Amino acid sequence: MDTVSSAARPQAPATGAPGLRLLATLLAVAALGAVPFVAPTMQLLVNLALAKGLAVMGVTVLLRAGQVSFGHALYFAVAAYGGAFLMAAMPGADLLLLLVAGVAGATLAGLLVGLFVVRYRGIFFGMLNLAFSMIFWSILEKFYHITGGADGIRLPRPTVLGMELGRGDFELVLFYLSIALMLGLGWFTIRWFASPMGQLFQTIKTNETRLEYLGVSPRRALLSGYLLSALLCGAGGVIMGVAQGVVTPEYAWWIRSGEMVFIAVLGGSGSVQGAFIGALIYEFVRTYASAFAGDVWQMLLGGFLLVIILFAPRGVIGIVEAIGRRTARSEDTR
Amino acid sequence: MNLTIFVLALFDGIAYAALVFIVALGLTLIFGVMRILNVAHGSLYAIGAYATVSLTGAFLAMGFAPVFAFPLMLVSAILVGVLLGGPIEWLLLRRIYDKPEVLQLLVTFAVFMILEDVQRLAWGSQPYFQAAALQALGNVTLFGVTYTVYQLILLPAVALTLLLGLRFFLRRTVIGKLILATTEDREAAQSIGIDADKVFLLTFIVGAALAGLGGALASPTTSILPGMGADMIVLSFAVVATAGLGQIEGAALTALLIGLGRSFAVYVWPETAVLVPYLIMVLVLLVRPEGLFGSPAARKI
Repeated sequence: MDTVSSAARPQAPATGAPGLRLLATLLAVAALGAVPFVAPTMQLLVNLALAKGLAVMGVTVLLRAGQVSFGHALYFAVAAYGGAFLMAAMPGADLLLLLVAGVAGATLAGLLVGLFVVRYRGIFFGMLNLAFSMIFWSILEKFYHITGGADGIRLPRPTVLGMELGRGDFELVLFYLSIALMLGLGWFTIRWFASPMGQLFQTIKTNETRLEYLGVSPRRALLSGYLLSALLCGAGGVIMGVAQGVVTPEYAWWIRSGEMVFIAVLGGSGSVQGAFIGALIYEFVRTYASAFAGDVWQMLLGGFLLVIILFAPRGVIGIVEAIGRRTARSEDTR
Repeated sequence: MNLTIFVLALFDGIAYAALVFIVALGLTLIFGVMRILNVAHGSLYAIGAYATVSLTGAFLAMGFAPVFAFPLMLVSAILVGVLLGGPIEWLLLRRIYDKPEVLQLLVTFAVFMILEDVQRLAWGSQPYFQAAALQALGNVTLFGVTYTVYQLILLPAVALTLLLGLRFFLRRTVIGKLILATTEDREAAQSIGIDADKVFLLTFIVGAALAGLGGALASPTTSILPGMGADMIVLSFAVVATAGLGQIEGAALTALLIGLGRSFAVYVWPETAVLVPYLIMVLVLLVRPEGLFGSPAARKI
């Protein structure tokens, strides 16, 4: 077993050029930041992709521990509904308050569910998460006098730092807030992976028994990562709800969860940058493909997922890195 | 709650449990032998139901008697097992037996996504209803409650037959013993000349056919809609997990427990009916993490 080597491996394996990687990331962020001015028609699309990317990052965190959750749309929906209820109770609430409340709600839900599901790994972990998201989904559908049933509830435009903005200004603020969240939470997640707790968390994938020999509780390590993943999904959910102006039970539907897992695997299992690259690719392809492939969309996703798993298990990031390594090697030999 | 409603809830629960058990049986059999949780099991259930409705509709239109609905259920189940189950095992699962559990789960999840769209392409998204089989058997009155023979007698009888039949098959026939041997230790079984690949293929076909049969038997009692597969996979997983993965007799008992819990909730507090199965599962798993009948796995260090 290669437990030692893979446990000790840093989070950017073998590119040999961290400077290049940082430069590429910065360039990509700058390009994203220019979208509202260069290509304003794509602003909403990119914003939705960023919201999804935040949630996908949550799924990515769990993949680092070798676990997959088919129910993380639960936290996405909890945060979005939390935001909508807050707006209903406090008309004109602030966007930041909405974000904090939604994320806090998702994290709390993550704690409740997490305390239970961290007792399990693999199949049980994935399926129990699915079961919890289905429970929440059916609550949203059945208790329609509270949740609005299948129609959902409206999430009116919140104020920003006390100001009531027009539509265009607000969308701009939301867009840059999403970028700020991507950078802030992305940076935090990468740092967390490198932190002692993050390292312990990732050891669950490679050798959980060893953790116990070290006197560490694997459940606590998994729970901390689970909370982080719920928090990230919550941030994505609030942004998505505010951007769309309405929240529906579909937010918690298993297809949403499946989509997140799909994007996480597409981007590169376990890569933070990959989560956003995957989400952007996914949203663009979906928008332009839905015109002629709306009926077979999930079939395409499923087929593509099989191809990635069987032939490119490290996703887009893996492919990029493989190309990078090859060019680096050819430069070495030159 | 008066006696009539009590009896009604009891009958509902038994009929429902029988259906869920048949589907869960396939799921737990596949897991027990192959250590793979087939997420696409729910789709196979749905396709079994759709196939039965289409076949029955076609046969009735040709002027056959409604009794023909019963053999057609069997035909649909076998079609699902052979035409879908066979290729899934043969083309996909065979490649991933040595991969991590998470990847196996992702592969069957991908198959699930594909099959959900296949249903929509083949049968559209409008609901289907075909109750010829239900009407053909008529009603029976028991304890002052009139109930359909199909749900009260046929479904539980089929479930019981399958339970006993599978027990007999696994313990008393040569093929069954080959399956058990492969389950116990795949390498040792291969070294004494058992074709493990063939055993896995057969197991998966039988498991998939059970899902199809569950759908076929469910088709006269419910309207058939997209999304029924997703509901069923989660529900049958709840049954199987509550019993302990791979526990066949246990699954029968937990199916009954969950079926009764759900049907009584329907009469007491209808909004919570969907939640009751999961509540039961969570409560059981809190006390016994391996399920009611599962035994803790030995840890390899």
